[in-house]
Amino acid sequence: MSDSYPASEAEIAARAKAIESLLVEKGLIGTDAIDKVAGAYESDIGPMVGARVVARAWSDPGFKEQLLEDASAVCAQLDVGGMQGEHMVAVENSEQVHNVVVCTLCSCYPWPVLGLPPNWYKYPQYRSRAVMEPRKLLKEEFGLDVDESVDIRVWDSVAEIRYLVLPERPEGTEGLSEDELASLVTRDSMIGVGEPRTPEG
Amino acid sequence: MNGVHDLGGMHGLGRVDVEGNEPVFHNPWEKVVFGTMVATLGQGMYNLDEFRHGIEVMGPAHYLTSSYYEHWLETIEKNLIEKGVMDRDELDARTQEFLKDPDAPVAQREDPELADSLSQLVRAGASSRREVSVRPQFEVGDRVRTRNVHPRGHTRLPQYVRDKQGVVERVYDAFVLPDANAHGEGENPQYVYCVRFDAEEMWGDSAEPREVVYVDLWESYLEPL
Repeated sequence: MSDSYPASEAEIAARAKAIESLLVEKGLIGTDAIDKVAGAYESDIGPMVGARVVARAWSDPGFKEQLLEDASAVCAQLDVGGMQGEHMVAVENSEQVHNVVVCTLCSCYPWPVLGLPPNWYKYPQYRSRAVMEPRKLLKEEFGLDVDESVDIRVWDSVAEIRYLVLPERPEGTEGLSEDELASLVTRDSMIGVGEPRTPEG
Repeated sequence: MNGVHDLGGMHGLGRVDVEGNEPVFHNPWEKVVFGTMVATLGQGMYNLDEFRHGIEVMGPAHYLTSSYYEHWLETIEKNLIEKGVMDRDELDARTQEFLKDPDAPVAQREDPELADSLSQLVRAGASSRREVSVRPQFEVGDRVRTRNVHPRGHTRLPQYVRDKQGVVERVYDAFVLPDANAHGEGENPQYVYCVRFDAEEMWGDSAEPREVVYVDLWESYLEPL
């Protein structure tokens, strides 16, 4: 079945059901398990979790220090962690430094804080360019203009360490609550291809 | 292997396609494939390195013209067949049945204990970090060169960063070595290092100014300078 391509959507769907049904028949999986583990990423594991972590770091300098020291440990204190985020490292953006994350070999991504990656992160276009021309890529494809005076650090996460970008806290957010701050933190800002929202929108 | 999956620095692949308000899964089969991966990997039917390698051995044209979860489907099929969980004939026959009758339901089977243990796995993770009795060969600040090697099997040393000089930025713990674990050669855990490379080292005159690349590399990928 797999030697002709591109496969039709109908064929792919049939192959997926075929595997699932054979595993069910053999008593090796339950359909409830598939729904439950996949469903978790549709409901409660996603960028809103990372946004909470970032907002806490913006509000609490002690927490931020710990986050940059050992992200997995402090995330565990917030009950944040799990598959594809067993070893997380946070890297901090500043006026002098902009961080951006990629996996040139596959699609490694910190699931517990960002959920499952968007398609563009997994496809060849982003993966090929991020290590070679990140500044151009960010400007052309994401509308993010990183000033020439700012260093760009690209993290190619090809081993089992997963990177989370800690974006700069936007100006004009003094006095905002942690929840309000979290609402400004975007998925893209935690990958390094965007910036957080500003209170004005 | 020097495969098409190893994309760092390739030209001509086109624009990044950013989808606004992208759903986690684009259709029901993607969700099935994702859940099947967690359920089969999670029960140890194959390991993560075998899973990744199963994608890498797809033909280059196929890799570039198929969707992400089709890659997953390919490697799940391949691994389950290689491990003897199912055979190609029964899989093809069952696929034909669902092609003829796409709306035929998959028989439901509840296994709450398995569902709970897999949910627990999602929340707790499955680290490939291992204790080793040796000390790391390199320390922070050491200058290293990546090896000029071209293994035909699985490796996590990207081509663009082979035979390049860098500096050890961080020393991580020891982790299962993918090159061995993808091929039934055991875990052979080794220290992993975050190595910093100046963009010029890889890209020469084509490098962008003020750029550095950090790559996490296993000890045997490196030699001292």
